[in-house]
Amino acid sequence: MKQHIRNSIVFLIGAGIVYAILAFLIETKILNDFYVQVLMIIGINIILACSLNLVIGFTGQLALGHAGFMSVGAYTAAVLTMNFHVPFLIAMICGGLMAAAFGLAIGIPTLRLKGDYLAITTLGFGEIIRVFIVNIDYLGGPRGLPGIEKHTNYTWVFVITVLSVLAIRFIINSSHGRAMISVREDEIAAEAMGINTTKYKVAAFAIAAFFAGIGGGLYAHLVRFVDPLTFNFLKSIDYVVFVVAGGMGSLTGSIVGATALTLLPEALRLLSLAKYRMLVYAVLLLILMLFRPQGLFGSKEISLKVFSGLGLKRAGGDK
Amino acid sequence: MVNGEVKKVPIMEVSNLTIRFGGLVAVSEFNVELYKNDLIGLIGPNGAGKTTVFNLLTGVYQPTEGEIKVEGSSVVGMKPYEITKKKIARTFQNIRLFKEMTVIDNVKMSYNFQIKYGYFDTILRTPKFFAKEEEITRRSLELLKVFKLDGKAYEKAKNLPYGEQRRLEIARAMAASPKLLLLDEPAAGMNPQETHDLMNLIHEIRDNFDLTILLIEHDMKLVMGICEKIVVLDYGKIIAKGTPDEIKNNPKVIEAYLGEEVTHA
Repeated sequence: MKQHIRNSIVFLIGAGIVYAILAFLIETKILNDFYVQVLMIIGINIILACSLNLVIGFTGQLALGHAGFMSVGAYTAAVLTMNFHVPFLIAMICGGLMAAAFGLAIGIPTLRLKGDYLAITTLGFGEIIRVFIVNIDYLGGPRGLPGIEKHTNYTWVFVITVLSVLAIRFIINSSHGRAMISVREDEIAAEAMGINTTKYKVAAFAIAAFFAGIGGGLYAHLVRFVDPLTFNFLKSIDYVVFVVAGGMGSLTGSIVGATALTLLPEALRLLSLAKYRMLVYAVLLLILMLFRPQGLFGSKEISLKVFSGLGLKRAGGDK
Repeated sequence: MVNGEVKKVPIMEVSNLTIRFGGLVAVSEFNVELYKNDLIGLIGPNGAGKTTVFNLLTGVYQPTEGEIKVEGSSVVGMKPYEITKKKIARTFQNIRLFKEMTVIDNVKMSYNFQIKYGYFDTILRTPKFFAKEEEITRRSLELLKVFKLDGKAYEKAKNLPYGEQRRLEIARAMAASPKLLLLDEPAAGMNPQETHDLMNLIHEIRDNFDLTILLIEHDMKLVMGICEKIVVLDYGKIIAKGTPDEIKNNPKVIEAYLGEEVTHA
């Protein structure tokens, strides 16, 4: 346990150093506003990818409506800060909780389904959330919600991304996380060992929705405008792509996947390939899936002692 | 038998258990009483309905008719995980380990419903979390030691040799702290030496853990060697019950296994 605390401290110091470097580069304008914007989007995408991995990679349930939960969080937080002048952090947490509530409401009926059926229904529910928002005038309807206050900065994104990844990591390396992984491995055996598999599927779904909602809150206060089309199902598919490309069942994979695949189109934009960037993006993804179908990391985590020591040693199902 | 004492309540009492799949009656009017420390074998030709009985007892299937009582209270209609909480654990005919998880994590799974902590303890890594996790780890290692798997605790389950995977499945079931253990063909695919070791192991855990065991087995040597009582199933019906010797000489059993005797002219 002492080592555990020491490892956590080492990790936080490491994160602090990374943050200090970033802050230095940003404050001295070595990284211009464009890069800072991309960095913040990367952070948000990491939160979304890691949380989705909890459902797809660790619990083994193919859910396709993640952007729907992001929109719930984004709208909730935006309305709270704009119309009710709630402090940003509290608004974001409320957005997360609201998304989690939606996750529960959607998860309880749909998670009885498996595989393709679950994928289609969650995709459907994601779209329902979108259509729902389109029809609420209070939320701007199809025109969207402009004039959201700017609260998100790189500090917010950095801190919340680190804390979210840490929290998800802690959940995976626990009795609850093991139960979720057992659902992926063999549902019948899990039930026979006293695991309420439905409960754990819904829990994973709701927790993932919570973090998606947090990510949505960050996004809304960064871009300062949300409309229903921002969170259509293509966005959900993007997150699935991050998770699959990085490796299902690997948080390291999700982090790397989200980072690389957010940077890639932007990098191609700069390389005078702007016209063909999505084409190149697609071809690269195809190549990745042909030669490494399990994703960049498979189910492995980077075995940095610092990182593995964060969870209980070997408490998780991976490594 | 009763000698004036209060009659013992059976660990499990199954009466008139019947299940139909459409027109097929897979198990009909199955009756059995399991008392503390019983070691009972369930045998029968292929397709007799043995595994179906296990699936009924553990809630995987719901019976069409009949009653299953665990220590006097009915468990019909309960989900498999609820029945496990009633201290009934099982293994599977075709091994169902959590393959990508480590050996020790497989065992830790069974403590999920026994040693609990919440999500807040998990995320905040409270002292309660560490205390409970330490207890889970300690008890898992103790159990693995009994099954001589402690040396491989941190290997992935799928990398174990076949015989050890079978042992791990029993260890995982034992971690659920059962009073009644259902073993579905524990010796399937084992060589004679492994089967012999397994027999000793089953005896040992029955005595050391104060357990009741019901096992399905095809290996007659194992069944006759360790079971005190045998139930024979054929076409979903019980055709005989008794001690190994009684079963060996029962004409109905011989008929079920070898076919009808040709009467001499």
